[in-house]
Amino acid sequence: MSTVAADDHHDHVESPYSIKRWLFTTNHKDIGTLYLWFSLIMFFIGGFMALIIRTELFEPGMQFVDPQFFNSMTTMHAIIMVFGVVMPAFTGLANWLIPMMVGATDMALPRMNNWSFWILPFAFTMMLSTLFMDGGGPAGGWTLYPPLTLQTGDALPFVILSIHFMGLSSIMGAINVIATVLNMRAPGMTLMKMPLFVWTWLITAYLLIAVMPVLAGGVTMLLTDKFFGTSFFNAAGGGDPVLFQHIFWFFGHPEVYILILPSFGVISSIVPTFARKPLFGYASMVYATGSIAFLSFIVWAHHMFTVGMPLAGQLFFMFATMLIAVPTGVKVFNWIATMWRGAMTFETPMLFALGFIVMFSIGGFSGLMLALAPVDFQYHDTYFVVAHFHYVLVPGSIFAIVASVYYWLPKWCGNMYSEGLGKLHFWLSTIFVNITFFPMHFVGLAGMPRRIPDYALQFSDFNALATIGAFGFGFSQLIFLYVVIKAIRGGEKATSQVWENAEGLEWTLSSPPPYHSFTTPPVIK
Amino acid sequence: MKTKNNKSATVAGKLALVCVLMFGFGYLLVPLYDVFCDLTGLRFTEETAQLVPQEFTEDTSRLVTVEFDVTRNNHIPWDIRPANRRMQVHPGKVYTTSYIAKNTSNGVMIGQAIPSVTPIAANRHLIKTECFCFASQTINAGEEVQMPLSFMLNPKLPANVNVVTLSYTFFDITQSASVEDQLNAPTAVALN
Repeated sequence: MSTVAADDHHDHVESPYSIKRWLFTTNHKDIGTLYLWFSLIMFFIGGFMALIIRTELFEPGMQFVDPQFFNSMTTMHAIIMVFGVVMPAFTGLANWLIPMMVGATDMALPRMNNWSFWILPFAFTMMLSTLFMDGGGPAGGWTLYPPLTLQTGDALPFVILSIHFMGLSSIMGAINVIATVLNMRAPGMTLMKMPLFVWTWLITAYLLIAVMPVLAGGVTMLLTDKFFGTSFFNAAGGGDPVLFQHIFWFFGHPEVYILILPSFGVISSIVPTFARKPLFGYASMVYATGSIAFLSFIVWAHHMFTVGMPLAGQLFFMFATMLIAVPTGVKVFNWIATMWRGAMTFETPMLFALGFIVMFSIGGFSGLMLALAPVDFQYHDTYFVVAHFHYVLVPGSIFAIVASVYYWLPKWCGNMYSEGLGKLHFWLSTIFVNITFFPMHFVGLAGMPRRIPDYALQFSDFNALATIGAFGFGFSQLIFLYVVIKAIRGGEKATSQVWENAEGLEWTLSSPPPYHSFTTPPVIK
Repeated sequence: MKTKNNKSATVAGKLALVCVLMFGFGYLLVPLYDVFCDLTGLRFTEETAQLVPQEFTEDTSRLVTVEFDVTRNNHIPWDIRPANRRMQVHPGKVYTTSYIAKNTSNGVMIGQAIPSVTPIAANRHLIKTECFCFASQTINAGEEVQMPLSFMLNPKLPANVNVVTLSYTFFDITQSASVEDQLNAPTAVALN
């Protein structure tokens, strides 16, 4: 493979300390960096809100915050973690990696790329500012169900507008990914030669384009119901609040795959490297991703089994949901087969990837339990649901994002991170994440409802345990921040390949890669 | 390079069009939802109200209990109660009962009743020939009114249904009775 890119573009790179460079940049690496830092900052803000929630829940009774504020913390925590952390982090990874992985110089639409990032800080400033408004921030849950959400005070239009902005940003990011993958691949990089991270992101991008506008439509209906006298969800005017749930989850279910499919791509990159074997079943991985994406459109009503659906509807959504376990199982077994008899080593990215596989599967299994319509009536809106989606999102998506940062950080900044601290970060995170979320299964099955600031006495011990775990997990993430900053500032120089068996075009570039990589297209074997 | 940029712009344009169409699809879900509810009989519709009761013959061999219930949405300041809590009825025969409502506030109020029937299987078989829910109700301050209701159970009501509950939720639509009023009304409602 020919690789080395001409370095003659460096003349217009401004100092990393100039604001103008970051404000006006159209470089995919700069924008990727911006996305990742934005996501990390939002991660600590959203995490701080989670700790407020857990502090209140440490003991039964009302101790620290009033219920209204508690509810706005659960709502904001969710909105921030979904739209402000996981989605921007994956878009950041896509920006950094996709052009390097397909052998392109940059993203296809660099100016739009700049725009799609810089919308986000405004959207989230607006979202966070609602906490200081009359009536407080949104407190009806991130699912924004009417009529409760329509009782939000002055914050409602700001929340809806910021959701519009977040949607706009992710749609533009998705369009950029698709245009890059379809048009910018190096000669010889056929679709079925693309790394799986690129494949999973391509499919994710299509999901984003299909469902973000539906969410935009749904929240616009909320807005017109509240301020312009329409009655989409107002029973007094002939509407139906359940309609909102259908619209929301038509977006919401593909959204959960938007949050997890790029993780599958990350894990499919990391496992082969540290098992020193090529990925088992590449083509089946691609088809499994496509199947999951398709199925995600026909399962939404499993989030609302209890609204009074006809039996046929419950059965359809139950079986369609359980069907998703098949392609997901294909993926998990492929990762295991990749490791089978491999010469495995356990550097930090691999540890996080293995943690992902084990704990994401636990979340997948509790998802199967929730998919069963008859028993869902017991689990619905309990802490069991909270345990389920935190298992797929924290040791799932978040672990995958952290794994990819450890994996590609030496490539991005040219320095190795501290392996000892990385491993410490992994073990503390893994222990505390389980202390936090595993007990939630038990209190959920025992009937503790979600989104409540106070609870019955019999749930005390497990809640105290979860709070201890949450603080442990939260503070462990400061190690991550330290490791990242330390690696950026210096350390052992990384080689171009970084990892012994890393394969892919990004490892053929120097570490750190030139500001403009692949100005001459690489030759693909 | 130029051609690549043009190609990317074309892709972006097409995808933006898909976005616009999907935004429209979100709104299309509204009529689709109504169609789906009508097909499955999940919701009381105007159509069932317009059925002519003479088409049915009374089934004196069967007695079904109809229960009457009422809910006040957002604590609308009306005292509302059904004249009868429950009735024993023969399917196929028209019965008349009423609800009694008193406006306990200091002003004229307009209310709208929204019916709901359980079990779901009975939904399309409860036929209202006259109902205060067909129109909004205006009640003066302190006034008490009797609101009539005529209904019939379709003899096709599934045999395993012996109790049918008809529940009304009363909504205060004084402010939203016209869009103009709504636009001029204060919009922020405190979360209670």
